[in-house]
Amino acid sequence: MPAPPPALPRARRIGIASGHAGRLRWPRGLLRSAGLRFAGLYAALFGLSALALVLFLWWDTAALLDRQVDAAIRADAQGLNERWESGGLPALILTIRERLAENIDDDAIYMLVDNTGRRLAGNLDRWPPGITTDDDWYEMPIVRDRVRSLARVHNFALPGGFHLLVGRDVEARVKLRRILTDAMLWAVLVVAGLGGLGAFLVRSVLRGMLADISRTTAAIGAGDLTRRVRLSGRGDEFDRLAETINDMLERISRLMEGVRAVSNAIAHDLRTPITRARTRLEDALAHADAAADLRAAIERAEADLDGIVAVFQAILRIAEIEAGARRSAFSPFDLVPVLGDLAELYGAVAEERGLTFIFRSPAALMLFGDRDMIQQAVANLLDNALKFSPPQGEIRLLAESQGRIVRITVTDQGPGIPEAERARVTERFYRGESARTTPGSGLGLALALAVAQLHDGTLTLTDNAPGLAATLNLPGQED
Amino acid sequence: MRILLVEDDKDVAGFIAKGLREAGHVVEHADNGRDGLFLAASENFDAIILDRMLPGGVDGLRLLETLRSQDNHTPVLFLSALAQVDDRIRGLKAGGDDYLTKPFVFAELLARVEALTRRSRNEGPQTKLVVGDLEMDLLARNVRRAGQKIDLQPREFRLLEYMMRHAGQVVTRTMLLEGVWDYHFDPQTNVIDVHVSRLRQKVDKPFASAMIHTIRNAGYMLRAEGA
Repeated sequence: MPAPPPALPRARRIGIASGHAGRLRWPRGLLRSAGLRFAGLYAALFGLSALALVLFLWWDTAALLDRQVDAAIRADAQGLNERWESGGLPALILTIRERLAENIDDDAIYMLVDNTGRRLAGNLDRWPPGITTDDDWYEMPIVRDRVRSLARVHNFALPGGFHLLVGRDVEARVKLRRILTDAMLWAVLVVAGLGGLGAFLVRSVLRGMLADISRTTAAIGAGDLTRRVRLSGRGDEFDRLAETINDMLERISRLMEGVRAVSNAIAHDLRTPITRARTRLEDALAHADAAADLRAAIERAEADLDGIVAVFQAILRIAEIEAGARRSAFSPFDLVPVLGDLAELYGAVAEERGLTFIFRSPAALMLFGDRDMIQQAVANLLDNALKFSPPQGEIRLLAESQGRIVRITVTDQGPGIPEAERARVTERFYRGESARTTPGSGLGLALALAVAQLHDGTLTLTDNAPGLAATLNLPGQED
Repeated sequence: MRILLVEDDKDVAGFIAKGLREAGHVVEHADNGRDGLFLAASENFDAIILDRMLPGGVDGLRLLETLRSQDNHTPVLFLSALAQVDDRIRGLKAGGDDYLTKPFVFAELLARVEALTRRSRNEGPQTKLVVGDLEMDLLARNVRRAGQKIDLQPREFRLLEYMMRHAGQVVTRTMLLEGVWDYHFDPQTNVIDVHVSRLRQKVDKPFASAMIHTIRNAGYMLRAEGA
C-alpha cells in the first residue's frame, strides 16, 4: 500500500483538535441554540399538561372513592335507623347481625354499645378509643381478625344512651391510591422521557431545516455565489423562506454578474479605442510637422473619444437596465403610437437611402413597462436594420399580439447572422464577422436584450431569408 | 448674456468660461455650492450652468431647490456626470430647465444655454411665430413663406416650430430629438439630418434664399435672410 500523502494526517489532526474544542464549547452553544429553546419549551408544555392531567385524575378518583364510602355509610345508617324506629333495640341488633352475615366483601364495620360501653352487636372487639363526639366522621386504624386495617366510621348517638358505629374498611381504597400514585410517578418519568425525546426531535428537525440555509448563506458569504438553498418540496414555511432567500441570491448574483461584466467590458473593450486614440496623439506629437496635421490628429482623437464615451454610456445604460432599478417607473401605455413615431423617424431615413420601409400594427397594443426603454430597444433594432440593408432592400417593422405576448419584429434583407453566431451577438461587444467594417458600439442588441429581460420578455433572432428578423417578445398588459 | 457657472473642476470651468466669453457672454464663476448659491441669490443672471456634485456642503440639487424656494426663476442647466435616467428626472424635478451630461461637446452646451434664455423670455402663450418672411399660425396650424402656403406633415410642423422658437440660435441634433420627438437617446443613424433635409425641401427649396443653415460640428440654425 502506498504511503498516504503527508498532508492527510495533519489535516486529520486539525479536525480532531477542532472537534474537541467544539465539544468543550458544547454546553454554551447548546444554551444558545434556538432549537433547544423551542424543544425545551415543547417539553415543558408537554410535561405540565401531562402532570395536570395526572393530578386531576388522581384527585378525582380519590374523591370519588371517598364519596362512595360516605354514601354507603349514610345509606347503611339510614336503614339501621329505620329498623331502630320500627323494632327497637332487638330489631337493630338482628339487622346488624344479618347485614354482617350478608356482607360478602367483608368490609362493613358495625358496633352497637349501650350507655355503659358494653358491646351489644358488631364486628369490632371493643369501642375504639378516641371516638367521643356524636354524629361525626372518623378515620382510624383498626384491628380486625388480627389484621391491621384502616376504617372510616360514623358515630351515631341513639336515644337511651346507645351508640352506633357504622363504617367501612377502606384499606382497599388506600391500596388503590398507592397503586395510583405509583402509576402516576411512573407516568411522570415516562412523560419526562417522552418530552425530552420530543424536544430532541424538534431540535434536530429545526436544526436540519436551518442547517442548509445557514450553510448556503455562509458559502455565499465566503464568495460562492452559485449555492442555493435546497427546497424540501413540501411548500411549508421553510420552503417559502428558502424560496425568498434563493430569489434574493439570484438577484445578488445577477448584480454581481453585471458588475463583473461591466468591469470586463471596461477592461477589454474600452482599452482598444483608448489605445488607438492615445497612439494617434502620440504619433502626431512625434511626427506631425505642420499645424494642419496636428489639427487633423486632434480631431481624430476627439472622434475616438466620442466613440469611447458612446460605448461607455451604452455600458452604463445596460447595467442600469439590468439592475432593474427602472422597474419602478413601469406604467401601462399603448405601443402603437410609440412604434408609429419610430416608423416615421426611421422611415424617412430608409426612403432617403432607397430602401422600402413597411410598418404594420394593429390599432392598439397595450403594454406595461418603460416606454422610453422599449423605444430605445426598437430604435436599436431599426438602426441595425438600416446599417445592414443592401440597396433597394426592404425593412419591416411589425407589431402583433399573440395571446398575451406582444411581438415587435424588425426585419432586414442584409447579410443576416449565421445560426452559430446568433446566440453570441447579444453578448456585449460581440460584433459579427460582417459587422466588422460598419461603425457602431456593438451594444445595440445587448441593450435590446437587456430591455426585453427587464420586461420579462425575450429577444429572438431568426433567419429572414435573406437577412435577419429580430423579435422582441414582451408580455402584454392584461385588460 | 450674464451667465453664472457653478463648477468645481478648474479645467472644465475654465474651458466653459472661455468658450462662453468668446461667444459674447459675461461669465461669473463659483467653484463651490455655497458661493454659487450666494451669487445666484444676490445677483441677476440670465442663466445658470450648475454642476450637481459640488464641494462646500451645498450640492447642485440643494442649491437649485433653495433658489426656487426663494421664488428665483433664473433658468438652470444642469451639467452633470450623473447620467442615469433617474438622475436626470431628479434634476428636472428639482426645477432644472435642462440637463446635459458630461462629457459634453461645447457647441451643445452653448446651444442649450442660449436656448434656455430664449425660452424664459418668451413665456406666455403665442399664437403666431414670425421669422423674416416665414409665418407660422399655431392655432390654424398652417405655415406661409412670402405669403405662399407650405404643406407640412405634423412632425415637420413641430420641427419647424421648434426651430422658429429658437430662431437665430443653434439647435443641436440632440435638442431636436428631445424637443421634437421626446427621445432621450442617440440613434446611430443620421435620422435628424434626414428630417431636416426634408423640411428644407419644403421651406427653402421653392424660394430664392435658404433659412435653415447647417452649423458645422454643432447642428442647425433657422434665421431670416440677412440676419
